[in-house]
Order: sequence, then C-alpha cells, then structure tokens
Amino acid sequence: MSDTTPEAVTDERMKTESLGSRLMKRPELGAIAGVVLVTIFFLITADSAMFTLSGVVNFMTPAAQLGILAIGAAMLMIGGEFDLSIGSMVAFAGLFFAAATVTFGLPLIVAIPATFVFAALVGSLNGFIVIRSGLPSFIVTLAFLFILRGLSLVGLKLATGGSTQLRGVRDAIEGDWLAPFFSGDAFSGPFAWLAENGWVETFNNGTSKVPGIPIEIIWFVIVALLATWVLLRTPAGNWIFAAGGDPNAATNSGVPVKRVKISLFMVTACCAALVAIITVMDAGSTDSRRGFQKEFEAIIAAVIGGCLLTGGYGSAIGAFFGAIIFGMVVIGLTYTDFDQDWFQVFLGGMLLIAVLFNNAIRKRVTGER
Amino acid sequence: MTEDSTFHHGGAPVDVAPIVQMKNIEKHFGNIIALAGVSFDVKPGECHCLLGDNGAGKSTFIKTMSGVHKPTKGEIYFEGKQMDFGSPRDAMEAGIATVFQDLAMIPLMSVTRNFFMGREPTVGRGPFKRMDNDTMNAATMDSMRKMGINLRAPDQSVGTLSGGERQTVAIARAVYFGAKILILDEPTSALGVRQTSNVLATIDRVRKQGVGVVFISHNVRHALAVGDRFTVLNRGKTLGTAERGEITPEQLQDLMAGGQEMAQLEGSLGGTV
Repeated sequence: MSDTTPEAVTDERMKTESLGSRLMKRPELGAIAGVVLVTIFFLITADSAMFTLSGVVNFMTPAAQLGILAIGAAMLMIGGEFDLSIGSMVAFAGLFFAAATVTFGLPLIVAIPATFVFAALVGSLNGFIVIRSGLPSFIVTLAFLFILRGLSLVGLKLATGGSTQLRGVRDAIEGDWLAPFFSGDAFSGPFAWLAENGWVETFNNGTSKVPGIPIEIIWFVIVALLATWVLLRTPAGNWIFAAGGDPNAATNSGVPVKRVKISLFMVTACCAALVAIITVMDAGSTDSRRGFQKEFEAIIAAVIGGCLLTGGYGSAIGAFFGAIIFGMVVIGLTYTDFDQDWFQVFLGGMLLIAVLFNNAIRKRVTGER
Repeated sequence: MTEDSTFHHGGAPVDVAPIVQMKNIEKHFGNIIALAGVSFDVKPGECHCLLGDNGAGKSTFIKTMSGVHKPTKGEIYFEGKQMDFGSPRDAMEAGIATVFQDLAMIPLMSVTRNFFMGREPTVGRGPFKRMDNDTMNAATMDSMRKMGINLRAPDQSVGTLSGGERQTVAIARAVYFGAKILILDEPTSALGVRQTSNVLATIDRVRKQGVGVVFISHNVRHALAVGDRFTVLNRGKTLGTAERGEITPEQLQDLMAGGQEMAQLEGSLGGTV
C-alpha cells in the first residue's frame, strides 16, 4: 500500500514510553514492590539474624511450599477459574502417596507418578464439572474442599485402623534413589565445602549452619520458571490468557477453551500433589490437617502477585514474589518483638492493598475511563 | 456529494466472477421463516452492502454465509463450485472471515496476542517450541500500518485502543489470515463520527487488496459512503440489488423501511426487483 507508507514514518502519537510507565504495566510490579517494602520493614524491626543465610532459608522454606501452590493457583486464575480445593488436595494426595509407600510398599518411581496421575484425575474431575455444568468454579471447588478433606480423614482411618495420622513414610522410602529429588537439601556438597573455607556461617563444630538448599526451594524456582515460560512464550500461554480474558472471544478465535481450563485444573492439582509429596517425605508422616487453609493463602499470594479475580491477567513471577512476601511475614514476625498472631492481620491487610492496587493497574492497562 | 466519494477511490470491478454466490437461500427455525429466498453475491474487490432494518434477517443471512447456520433451502457457490459449509471453521478455511460485533478481542491482552489468538506461529521444536514473538510483533505492526494505524507498540493492550481501532485490528487480522471474503457485521453501529470514517477508510483499503467485503449496516449514509452495490433485505427477502449511483439515500431508506414506495422505486432499480 504505497499511499499509507509515509504515515508510518511520521506519527505524532508515536512516543517512546518511559521506563516507569512500562514497568507499571507488568502484573508482578506490585509483588516486587511488596517484597521491597516488607524487607525494609523487617530490616528495621527484626533481629539481624533474619537476613543471614540461615534466616533466608528459614523463611524461604514455607514460602516455597506455599509458592508452588500459588503458582498453580495463579495460572488457573489467569485462565479465569478458581480452585478452593487445593489445600484439601494436599491432604488427599498426601494420603494417597503415604498409603502407596507405606501400606502398599511401592517404590518412589511408582508411587510418585501414581500420585501425580491420581491428583490430575481429581483435578480434571473438578474441571469437568465446572465446564459441563457452567457453574462458577468457586462453588464446585468449595464442595471439593470439603469432599477431599473428608475423604482424607476417612481414608486415613481406613489405612491406619482409626488414627488420623499415617506414619512410617521415612522408613518406607529409606534408601530409595528418587528420594533426594523430593526431600532433604540440595547442593549439600558445595555448602560443606563453603563451610570448610569459612565462607558461610558454621556451627562451633565446623559444619555449615545451612546444610544445603531445601529441595522445595529448588522445585519452587523450577515451577516458577516453567510457568513463566509457558505463560509468556508458548501458544498455550496465550490460550490461558485468552480463556480467562473472554472465553467467548477466545472460542470464536479457535482457542480450545474447555481443554485449556480442564488442563489448568489438572496442573493446579499436580502442584498440590508436589507439595504433598515433598512435605510428607519431609515429615515422614501425613495427617488429615495437611494443607489446611492453604487454598486461601495460595490465592492471596496469587492476588498479591497481580492476578485479577476476573481472570485474564496476572503472572507466575508475581505469585512467586507473593509467596515470598508470605514467607517473610510469617517467619519474620518471630524475629521481631511483635506478637506472632499479627501475621493474620498483616496478611489480610496485604491482600486488601494488593486488590486495590491491581484494580488501579488494570484500569491503566485497559484504558478504562 | 462529498460523503459519497470520500471513501471510494477506485472503480468497482464490473465483469468479474463472484467469489461467493448465494441463490434463493431459505432458512427456517421451526415454524419461523427467517429467510425466504435471499440471493446475494460478492465479487473480489467490491464492497457489497447488505442493508435492512432490525429483524430483517441480516444476522441470520450472514451466519448462513459464514457457516454458523445451514440453509434450509438454496445453494451456495464458492469460487464457482457448490459448497456446503459444515461449520464456521470450514468457511474460515475456505476464506470467508466474519468480524462480528463483539470483535472476538480481549481488552487485557496485547494487540499482538489478540492478533494471533488461536493461530500462534511457533519456532523451535519439542520442549523448546515457543511463540515466534518477533515475527508476530512485526506482522502485527505491519498489518496495522497497512490499515493506517500506527501502534505505539505491539504489546499495547487492546483495551487502550478506540472502538474504531479495535475494529481495524479485527479486520487486519482477518485479512492477514487470508480472507477472500470479509463479512463485517454492523462495524460502525457503535462508533463516533471520526472512528466511523476510519473504519470506512479501512474497508476501502481492504477492498483495494482484492478482498470482497460484505458490509452489513442499517445506516444508509455509511453504506453509500463506501459501497459498490447495495442489497436491501426486508422481512427475510431481498428487495433488490442496486449499483452505486443508481439509487439515492432516500430511496434506500424507503426500501429498508418496508418497501412502501416499491412502485416508485421499480424504475430506478432497473428492473432488478
């Protein structure tokens, strides 16, 4: 089109955007700002031990366990659905995994994939009911919150003959070659070496205060990177945003919205299963209260990370930082003189601020007036 | 009349075979006759306006054309061959693209992501298969420039565009993916004056690329500004097709209103009724 090319070069509206306004458009900005604020807060109020290596590992461990769930929840929220059953799913998958290893004595190479498949099936059931009935996922998964929690209790009693705790996982997996990938610490060799050279804090006997990086932190980073890759760089990611943004428009454009949403429910359930496997192996047992109220904390972390409740917007990196904020607050308060029960007040306050902030951001992005 | 010539820069193709020809299309929903014998054709590089008041059957007709509905009776010829579209996908693959009023756009997503939604090009293989962002961004910027819109950036969200610009994105997307026929469902109905003129200019650009445009409207002025031929639909029937210059706005208006002035119009329509 020769008659339009000249316009292309000169357009008075073509203005280079400032770095600030470009950053404002990133969904994870709020969460990163939150991390900075919370860090400053604890630098002032908390014992300096909080920001030593062992202190960081201390708060990153619960952050990682929650974060794996939060990233799953964030992807599902971007896809326009909720899953309130992930906390109960942790208990249910934990029961399945513990029963597989202890009661049936299966090796991890069988028990772990079986747990994931089982979780994915439950997740797909959730998704299938939501898609087929057209009911809000809020209600359907609320039902599963109770169903799965109840089944975990009943199942535990059946497996143990009346107890609500199933022990003996540690003995059952002793020596299994897969165990180091899901429990304990990674890079313990390098840490011991660092300790020998006196580059990290050591106990009096010369061993490192931090024996290694807890495995859940490694998984947390892997899951965050993987989710970010999928969301930002693959067609599937585009479909997730589209399915959450406007399912009708997405369907009309050829996006398999139903398949996308059911897959997301499965991914979320698998995140819960991963947390279940890691924590059950770590504790050596499972009980019916495992993952209690984690669904709310995960959704809070996802919202702090910039996810909109209406779907179609958010990021996995945001949920990553949202979970870190969570970990810093829950552990950080123990380093301060504050009563630890302030934690819940803090969490609620963060959520409220995050939602208000996200709303303002969305208006900017969509140009709503 | 200035408006008449504003968006019409080229002569309409005269003796070209139509891309799509629909003959005596009837569509019944139960005992309701939505279409009672509609004939319509579109040639490459023309803008054929389909006019009609609310309830005239415009929507049913374009849905039949775009494969959403199957006609109860009648024949559809596509590039000379009789076709039977089973689904909107079939029609889309043949080259009939429809831009519905909701535009199938997601405001929170970037222009590029909307542009390629559901049809993302990829590079790499196996686990490293990823969206070809560079190609996508370049193609989006280029397509939009051809339509006379310079985006600030390809990652600008659709929500920040005006209604007319969104319409243009939807049109550009259809053209980019190889539409031979572009059906626009009331593209100007919700737009202001300036935005309307942008969309009409876009229609003219698309037509010049050899795409046949079906422009559905109930606004006679918008239709006359850009159309080559005009077909009026009333109560499920075509009242006739007029060439550009053969008909006045008043006459079109009367036809749309119910054909009360039929007798008077018969002459001016050249016996096509």
